[in-house]
Amino acid sequence: MKYLSQFLRITAFTLAGELLQRVIPLPVPASVYGLILLFAALCFGVVKLEQVKDAGSFLVSILPILFVSPAVGILENWGLIHDAVIPMLLLALLSTISTFGIAGRVTQALRKKEGKDDAAA
Amino acid sequence: MRLLESIDIFPLILTLAAFRIGQLCQQKWKKPIFNPTLIGMMLVIAFLLATGMNTEGYTTGMRKMSWLMTPATICLAIPMYEQFQVLKKSLKAILAGVCAGALSCMLVVAAVGLLLEFEQSILISLLPKSVTTAIGVSLSELFGGMGGVTTAAIIVTGIGGNMMGPTLCKLFGITDPVAQGVAFGTSAHVIGTAKANEISELTGAASSLSLVVAGLLTAAFMPALAGLL
Repeated sequence: MKYLSQFLRITAFTLAGELLQRVIPLPVPASVYGLILLFAALCFGVVKLEQVKDAGSFLVSILPILFVSPAVGILENWGLIHDAVIPMLLLALLSTISTFGIAGRVTQALRKKEGKDDAAA
Repeated sequence: MRLLESIDIFPLILTLAAFRIGQLCQQKWKKPIFNPTLIGMMLVIAFLLATGMNTEGYTTGMRKMSWLMTPATICLAIPMYEQFQVLKKSLKAILAGVCAGALSCMLVVAAVGLLLEFEQSILISLLPKSVTTAIGVSLSELFGGMGGVTTAAIIVTGIGGNMMGPTLCKLFGITDPVAQGVAFGTSAHVIGTAKANEISELTGAASSLSLVVAGLLTAAFMPALAGLL
């Protein structure tokens, strides 16, 4: 039964996220609001880790399965994209390389500046 | 096929079976290219094309499951909170790296995409391609992109980041374990994090924190970038 109470708690954050999305006129997905709320609740101790951990880890672990059907949706868009598939692939890989280099170098430079020893976790 | 199409749970069974086969392939060959979501997608597409089953029927059937997506995405707060505790002292450096990476990624996609004269809906679909699918797909659809295209781009990105990552670390001279994790998480989300976990526990922790932060920052940058196009 611990799953039921944990799941209920998670759905409460889902409801809050959905409500915020409808009230705040910003293009932010409900899941992002909910994620920030749950993170804040954990940080401030409103919700304890063990009150959401089991059901939450299960939900996170099934995310890859939930993406299969949106991915199949590419069939419906195929007409629009089939001419651009190769350049799109190349762009996806190129931007991955640049992002990897920039994110890594910036963090590394700042960590060195701060003194690696006391910054190391 | 008519018979199968009339069974409400059939799309779910098809999805689970296709994903399971993908998972078995990955367990057998242990290569990121055997991504269970990617193999699952290809098997479902092959099945739909081979049997002539209605694609719309399949996606509508699966939409009944899509309510799970929001609570599951919200639960990314749990690993984020756990890694946040571990990495508290390096937080500033991590945030700066993720921020620079996420912003540069969107700028590169927008600039090259405009140069190649991609359709606007394709460009929007590619903008959130470095973040976790959970956040990327809702961003794409919110701004008029195509969820399917975004999902495919995100998986390709993740596989690319996972496979190229160790070489890129050498190429860019990234030796610090936390910086390596930030690079993997920001550029290649969960699939990159799988590789980061193999390098060290600290690298994996930095990667899984970065992937959630990158998703949140991309959501914040999205209106400005989409407005530019």
